[in-house]
Amino acid sequence: MTVSVRRRGRRVLPPLALALALLGVWQLYVESGSVDALILPSPTDVASALYNDRGLLWDALGPTALEVLAGIAIAVAIGMVLAVAIHLSSTLRRAVHPLVLASQTVPIPVVAPLLIFWLGFGLAPKLVIVALICFFPVVLNTLDGLADVDPGLLKVMHTLDASRWATLRRVELPSALPGVFSGAKIAIVVAVIGAVLAEQAASEQGLGHLIQLSTAELDSARSYAAMVVLSAFAILLFGTLTLLERQLLPWAHRTRRGDPR
Amino acid sequence: MPAKGAMQTRLEAPALEPLQAGPDDVVAVEAVTRRFAPARRGGEAVLALAQMSLRVARDEVVAVVGPSGCGKTTLLELVCGLQQADGGSVRSEPAVYMPQRDLLLPWAGALDNAALALRIAGLSRTQARERARPLFARLGLSGFEDQRPDALSGGMRQRVAVLRTLLSGRPVLALDEPFAALDALTRRDLQDWLAGALAAEPRTIVLVTHDVEEAVLLADRVIVMSQRPGRAVEEIAVARPRPRRDTDPELVALRERALKALHR
Ligand SMILES: Nc1ncnc2c1ncn2[C@@H]1O[C@H](COP(=O)(O)OP(=O)(O)OP(=O)(O)O)[C@@H](O)[C@H]1O
Ligand SMILES: [Mg+2]
Repeated sequence: MTVSVRRRGRRVLPPLALALALLGVWQLYVESGSVDALILPSPTDVASALYNDRGLLWDALGPTALEVLAGIAIAVAIGMVLAVAIHLSSTLRRAVHPLVLASQTVPIPVVAPLLIFWLGFGLAPKLVIVALICFFPVVLNTLDGLADVDPGLLKVMHTLDASRWATLRRVELPSALPGVFSGAKIAIVVAVIGAVLAEQAASEQGLGHLIQLSTAELDSARSYAAMVVLSAFAILLFGTLTLLERQLLPWAHRTRRGDPR
Repeated sequence: MPAKGAMQTRLEAPALEPLQAGPDDVVAVEAVTRRFAPARRGGEAVLALAQMSLRVARDEVVAVVGPSGCGKTTLLELVCGLQQADGGSVRSEPAVYMPQRDLLLPWAGALDNAALALRIAGLSRTQARERARPLFARLGLSGFEDQRPDALSGGMRQRVAVLRTLLSGRPVLALDEPFAALDALTRRDLQDWLAGALAAEPRTIVLVTHDVEEAVLLADRVIVMSQRPGRAVEEIAVARPRPRRDTDPELVALRERALKALHR
């Protein structure tokens, strides 16, 4: 008991201490008056904005969270299918690979307004943007996983007369699942940015919209508070996905005798 | 068996001529050449096998011993149809391959790993597990059905891999140093178990090993290969009844003979 408490303390303490130290430096810097509070509000200002505007922030988080979650889900679904297709066909690989790469060089702020003309002001353009920037890490990591199978295992499957489908289903797909999770985890980070950009292009709701509004109203403390909420949401999502992966793919995370890798 | 007796007394020949393939041969490798392209441009091609011949009759266990890098794995992959020969001919009934390392599916439990071939053959998971269970128990793995490979000892993993190979139902088993990675005690255990299993139910096996003792303990015939490029330089029939004891003076003599051929 005491051991586990102490161990948990050892895991939580360093990040907490570092965060507090950084906040302290930030606070002192702002209080020293060397920066305009409109540009950089102090941590205490942000904290009080977090508290005072909690209803506003909470309401704004809903739509953004929906865009992020649904966008990642779409990206994972499309990304996995695309990765498997590319894995199975070298022709497709040659044909699709440049396009997949090109899709990642698309500057979101430029295409966002176009998508809104095209798809309207609703959820659709935001999902397209979030999914567009998320599917790349999913495809790449899934492809890596599919190709990462031990060639000896493929030889065994071959001499067992396994069909292409059987090999995919029994060997390659399971081995790719950790890659799907890593892809999704990387996707979280870009999804959050994508959702904010999409909301800033055209939206009446969401954290991106709130940030835009607060900046226009010179309420930078609230703007920062919205960013804090956004980060907290991303961290929470990341942690959830990590836990889920531990639960669903324990073999990918444990070496002998259950030692965490 | 007069034929085997005759082979046993056969004199050491510098190299074996390609053997006449009989109609009852399950595996017939005839004067095979295998060359690997150079890794870099301008590099030298590796000649792995040159004039290698091997034949295996039904329910015969043939051990192939040879120095490291002489082309033993290459030979097995040719027999299994995983590679194509550059010269000569390879004919074999369907052979299942057991790689040099125990390659199990890390996400699947031990019993599911053992039953992999049955799943591929189209059995349901329940059926496959039930079919695999008796042998699983005989190998002393009871209680570990649902342990994933990372929770098994090396010896257990190897047993599961052997089991997966046995359950494939293929006419020919191609085993690549199946016990090499194990400690002496476990290895002896598994050798005894395999010898027992073969006495109860003979199978056609090509057993690659670098362990001459293992070869004479398990095989009906031992083929000794030369340094690379590999070819058969000696054939030793082991016409001893099973179960065999490694202290059997005749076995010791055969072992000496194989070792001499190996170091020639
Ligand atoms: N795919 C390949 N490409 C190039 N060279 C290869 C390839 N496979 C094998 N070789 C070469 O062929 C030779 C024989 O290899 P092989 O693996 O058959 O030897 P082996 O007798 O099984 O050795 P060991 O006892 O160490 O397992 C080696 O020199 C090896 O480098
Ligand atoms: Mg080898």
